[in-house]
Amino acid sequence: MSAVLDHHDAHDHDHHAPTGWRRWVYATNHKDIGTLYLLFSFTMLMVGGVLALGIRAELFQPGLQLVNPGLFNQLTTMHGLIMVFGAIMPAFVGFANWMVPLQIGASDMAFARMNNFSFWLMIPAALMLVSSFFFPGGAPAAGWTMYAPLTLQMGPSMDAAIFALHILGASSIMGSINIIVTILNMRAPGMTLMKMPMFCWTWLITAYLLIAVMPVLAGAITMTLTDRHFGTNFFNPAGGGDPVMYQHIFWFFGHPEVYIMILPAFGIVSQVIPAFSRKKLFGYASMVYATGSIAILSFVVWAHHMFTTGMPVTGQLFFMYSTMLIAVPTGVKIFNWIATMWRGSMTFETPMLWAVGFIFVFTLGGFTGLILAVAPIDVQMQDTYYVVAHFHYVLVAGSLFAMFSGIYYWLPKWTGVMYSETRGKIHFWVSMISFNVTFFPMHFLGLAGMPRRYADYPMQFADFNAIASVGSFFFGIIQVYFFVAIIIPAMRGKGEKAAQKPWEGAEGLEWEVPSPAPFHTFETPPKLDVTATKVIG
Amino acid sequence: MLIFEAEKVSQSITTVESLGKRRTALRAAGVSLVALLGTTTAAMAQQVNDLPGGPAVNQLNFAPAVTQIAHEQAWLHWFMMILCAVIFVLVFGVMFYSILKHRKSVGHKAQTLSEPIWVELGWTIVPLLIVIGMALPATKVLVAQKDTTNSDLTIKATGMQWKWGYDYINGEGEGIGFLSTLDNTHREMSASGNPPPMDNYLLKVDNPLVVPVDRKVRIITTANDVIHAWMVPAFGVKQDAIPGFVRDTWFRAEKTGDFYGQCAELCGKEHAYMPIHVKVVSAEEYTAWVAEQKKAMAAALDDPSKVWNLAELVQRGESVYAANCLACHGAQGKGGGAIKALDGSALVVDTDKSKMINVLLNGQNNGAMPAWKQLSDTELAAVMTYTKNHWSNQTQRMVQPAEVLAARQ
Repeated sequence: MSAVLDHHDAHDHDHHAPTGWRRWVYATNHKDIGTLYLLFSFTMLMVGGVLALGIRAELFQPGLQLVNPGLFNQLTTMHGLIMVFGAIMPAFVGFANWMVPLQIGASDMAFARMNNFSFWLMIPAALMLVSSFFFPGGAPAAGWTMYAPLTLQMGPSMDAAIFALHILGASSIMGSINIIVTILNMRAPGMTLMKMPMFCWTWLITAYLLIAVMPVLAGAITMTLTDRHFGTNFFNPAGGGDPVMYQHIFWFFGHPEVYIMILPAFGIVSQVIPAFSRKKLFGYASMVYATGSIAILSFVVWAHHMFTTGMPVTGQLFFMYSTMLIAVPTGVKIFNWIATMWRGSMTFETPMLWAVGFIFVFTLGGFTGLILAVAPIDVQMQDTYYVVAHFHYVLVAGSLFAMFSGIYYWLPKWTGVMYSETRGKIHFWVSMISFNVTFFPMHFLGLAGMPRRYADYPMQFADFNAIASVGSFFFGIIQVYFFVAIIIPAMRGKGEKAAQKPWEGAEGLEWEVPSPAPFHTFETPPKLDVTATKVIG
Repeated sequence: MLIFEAEKVSQSITTVESLGKRRTALRAAGVSLVALLGTTTAAMAQQVNDLPGGPAVNQLNFAPAVTQIAHEQAWLHWFMMILCAVIFVLVFGVMFYSILKHRKSVGHKAQTLSEPIWVELGWTIVPLLIVIGMALPATKVLVAQKDTTNSDLTIKATGMQWKWGYDYINGEGEGIGFLSTLDNTHREMSASGNPPPMDNYLLKVDNPLVVPVDRKVRIITTANDVIHAWMVPAFGVKQDAIPGFVRDTWFRAEKTGDFYGQCAELCGKEHAYMPIHVKVVSAEEYTAWVAEQKKAMAAALDDPSKVWNLAELVQRGESVYAANCLACHGAQGKGGGAIKALDGSALVVDTDKSKMINVLLNGQNNGAMPAWKQLSDTELAAVMTYTKNHWSNQTQRMVQPAEVLAARQ
């Protein structure tokens, strides 16, 4: 234990830790910053969720009842931007902040002050993004993909959104550098790369993806900015620019971005499934290679978002084949998870429910992805609700469900108290059912040809839209329940005290420190056993 | 339709609910849930019917195909669906078996599996073979889909905020050109928030695209302002219309009838209101239609040097306004949001007509006000005169077609 806690010299530096608001504003401790990230992203999830409910309320039945089509486009655009850049990405950085140092036996993140900066940068960016609704002309309404030349018609809020994305991008890059350096430089002796927990592996790969593609996004939106104000014509056809070039650049960022949002989710699920199956992860090495393969492939598939732009047939063939190829490493992951469960001794506490639910529903999203990859079919489905259904199956049932799994799994470690299993299960089942009620009918709408981003629609589409809207309100309400019934009690320390290792089958260094994890952990490198999952002396 | 059914259920519950006072979101949500649970099997009094060539009520799959490509897409989709369903059942059959049998509560002890290399190789290679098997038929369809050569008829479809322009540029009917706009009553019903049940809601246009059956029609797409997409699901066709660029696609309709689609790329505020209606007719009917169009075009050809009087111009301008300007500026000319008001506008009532002519010909604010140079000199003169003499703008000033013509040069 002494290697874990270093009680003997704790007083040498502990008393510098500020208290009150200074603790958070000046935070350099990875656990505090992780908490900040998670709370921030949950706030953004709520903001984006309210916008989504606005969309679904308008689409509840044909005709415009609540918003005009201009505001509708602002809602869809801002929902997308806020969920992607404000909710999912920062939430995973929060997980990384909390768990990476604990899992590799490091005392903190490598660059503690930069860590503080990368969090606090997000606040002005988020304020700027959300406040764009109050700009003259309203929020950006060109879709979260911000296709040119529609962006040229947007009001000043477009510039605010561009600056906000620049800042969020800078924050992400700093976060990624921090994670890479921490993982590569600060592992405890004996924690070789191939003994590292899967969550760290997936984040290491994700961080490289982020560093590779965030500058590409920054380039695309900077060119949009200069097209808007400084007379350049990168994407403006009126001046000889190419709007399709914007799409190529955007999706060269955008597709790896999709994997940035799912790889850490794979990592979380790869921790939870073995813990509750009471077995080791099946095919650890192949999991690492599969994650790497997905990351590399993600750079050569981007134009499958653009099958209807009129690419030459050879281009379409290439992007169709490369996209279908991604099914192979993704399949390997799913087979490995199921093999981990096979002949295990499973229990189904809330984290495991979310993880199993994730595999089931995410795989549905994977199959629709495979179908969308087939270019001739995609011509029917491109820009319809089928695409909306698909990416919500992978981003909500994928990323978000995995995050819930991770939150329930590590919450006892973070707060020192157990959450209520009953409440956790209510949260899971209501979410699972209302998610499917919301998004499953959208497959049918898409097959029938209802285009996405439509404020109003032919009456034949009315029933499925009504069902989806009803589901969405249940899905929204249950997330508020989650915050009120799970998070608030846990943060206030209410509940049964958590053991150091509350999960019988859990393995890893995070379970070698007490619950709640003390402010400073692993201040001197721990001595690890041969599997690098236990501290010995 | 469940929603209308829900309406009926709620009426029978509360008896005196007027139709106009329907739907607060929450009540309707509750009621539609009741309808879902209770009345799905009951015979539904449907007030909305399938639209032949357009969407069907609660349609579950692709629109019935009327081109070879659409048939092949539907086949590919079924092929993929069945393969995916089989894999899904197999994989999750194993998972749920494991969940049932290998749980601690039934006393199952964890057993470490060996990890033989053939297992890992197997579940890499087998999926690889499956996706290759999926890609092969897809390749064949894709190549056919992209082959736009040897067309009988070439039509340019131009996306504009927010209507389609069609120009017959090659083959029978060459030279015909017209705009196709959503019926304005549909737009008003949408804005009212309470559209009555109807089969072609938001799909009715003033001038459908007319094409002959069983001819290879090549559609060239482009756009005037932002990116749009020309889509007709029954033909299996969707092609982005990109400003400054031309792209093409094709179809050969197997039967006559009306076929519908909508714009499929976000193009601004009225994105949901620029439908596509293709009327497929027999060769004889098509020939007759072409002759009729040519005659009408000759008759409508305005001589830009003709001098009009105020009443004539205002009358002509009213219809031009309704077809082109009303969607944004509104019937009252008040605009709204970023859309400028015309009623009382300094630019509109200005004695210097050249500024207004310039705005209409070239657009303003990066295309937020699009350029309208595709309209004829007479149409532009008429619509400007109309706005200068309507609402509170009683200026008695006229713009003559010759002035527009002069400004074009």
